[in-house]
Amino acid sequence: MTYLPLLGIALVVIGFAFRLNPMLVVTAGGIVTGLLGGMDLTKVIATFGKAFNDNRIIAIVWVVLPVIGLLERYGLQQQAAAVIRMMKAATVGRLLLLYLLVRQGTAALGLTSIAGHPQTVRPLVAPMALAAAEQQHGEVDEPTAEKVKAYSAATDNVGLFFGEDIFIAIGSIVLIQQTLATYGYVMSPLHLALWAIPSAIAAFIIHGTRLLLLDRRLMQSSPSLPRGGGSRAATDGGASPPPASGERSPSPSKLGEDS
Amino acid sequence: MITLHWLYTLAGAMFAAFALLSLFDRSNPKRLGNAAFWGLMALSLLAGDLIGDFGNGLLVLDLAALAGFGFIGRSNPPTTDDEERGRWSAKLGNSLFLPALIIPATALIGTLVYNYTSIGSLGWIEAKRETYVFLCLGVLLALGTVFAWLRPPAIAPLQEGRRLIDAIGWAAVLPQMLAALGVLFAVAGVGTIIGDLTGMVIPRGNIFATVLVFAIGMVLFTMIMGNAFAAFPVMAAAIGVPLLIQAYGGDPAVVGAVGMLAGFCGTLMTPMAANFNLVPAALLELKDQYGVVKAQVATALPLLAVNIFILYFAAFR
Repeated sequence: MTYLPLLGIALVVIGFAFRLNPMLVVTAGGIVTGLLGGMDLTKVIATFGKAFNDNRIIAIVWVVLPVIGLLERYGLQQQAAAVIRMMKAATVGRLLLLYLLVRQGTAALGLTSIAGHPQTVRPLVAPMALAAAEQQHGEVDEPTAEKVKAYSAATDNVGLFFGEDIFIAIGSIVLIQQTLATYGYVMSPLHLALWAIPSAIAAFIIHGTRLLLLDRRLMQSSPSLPRGGGSRAATDGGASPPPASGERSPSPSKLGEDS
Repeated sequence: MITLHWLYTLAGAMFAAFALLSLFDRSNPKRLGNAAFWGLMALSLLAGDLIGDFGNGLLVLDLAALAGFGFIGRSNPPTTDDEERGRWSAKLGNSLFLPALIIPATALIGTLVYNYTSIGSLGWIEAKRETYVFLCLGVLLALGTVFAWLRPPAIAPLQEGRRLIDAIGWAAVLPQMLAALGVLFAVAGVGTIIGDLTGMVIPRGNIFATVLVFAIGMVLFTMIMGNAFAAFPVMAAAIGVPLLIQAYGGDPAVVGAVGMLAGFCGTLMTPMAANFNLVPAALLELKDQYGVVKAQVATALPLLAVNIFILYFAAFR
């Protein structure tokens, strides 16, 4: 047994570290690994192709996009925003705790794409959290504003990751099922999703506790003296209004499939 | 009998429509690249079993080249603007959520009814695939509901779907690529190598130590790859299946589900998971591009500890 095929992994790590396109990195890493593992190029390409073909089931979940897009056309996101605005809470911690609950709950129903960093966190959650921080704390200095915004994004990730696996047709559940099936363990998605529930509860308790502790820190720290730079932090960045619909963000949005 | 191939045909037809609409979208300078990319996805779904393993391999290389060398880009299909959407949302209210809920409700109720009533014994659906069949059925029901209710233009679902898939771009194909990479790693013996290496770390016969190495291995591998999808097949081949399931008799469902979630703790701690950790830092204009990762570490570590205990006590109960 030789350790040579591990060089393929090293290639993937280096490729990601240098921010090369993941599609190229993964393909190059796969080909190098196969060659070092003793296959010839034709065999490597055929193996890669067969594995891609065998995993086509992962692509099926995209059939939901026309429905989601159609509902967005009729203001689904605007309505979600209106609902969350009505539930506006007084503190950062409670607001984010509520968002965590909603995000985890909707992800568990498979609605992973109704929220996310471009759709809800930047236009909605972060500005609301900053506004709540100002109510609690008075003027918000820059380190505090950074922290509140970072927690807003973190809360979306925790809610998504530890909610989505409860839904039976999400990519990761499919991957678990496919992987175990190759060893002869045929599992229903529902059975797998069931075992995602204890971790989901733990995630809610742990991250929720941290959100409430953040509240306490914000309450305890004495209101900062009004300084020239203080108000700027609260008005730029996440507090700015969402970009107009025509001007889209250049970053790839995600549907929670590649966590 | 309804098999997976029906669903591949449905998804393939959708991607074929995306490709055609891209081809004739003169407002998108990269329309040819988008048409080729989604056209290849359509080909894979519609005819993947006919073009052979090597043909599929070439298809994958083409997808990677189109994505990797910048041949695909976002489009601007016709849709409503923010003002119109605000008016619609004010008019329609919370009933807008109902069609969205039809999809998960159909998948869930369909799966339960099919499995726990005598309907399942009729064998109408390929075994263990009923959830995906009901998911697609839910999509069709939701589409029918929206059409009956709001009467959008006939082409609207495809244009709106193309708007979203173009926004996601190559990331929509990456999970399938990573699953294929995992298979190649396994064929090349990477799993065995890592298994051998970790085997040196694990005291023989100590189940808790094995669980610990499995979970921490998932975390480290996920952090390296930026993605639990790539780590899972390797760690399953190295430790999960041969040791935890086969040697010690652990419950495969727990090992699979909680093992993956342990990996998600790693996703929270790595800048390699760019979509989740770096993109929002940029979107929120944080000064520290690792600010989101830093805010997540103190959640990820205790959560990892809890997952290790769930794995240990639930898989070997």
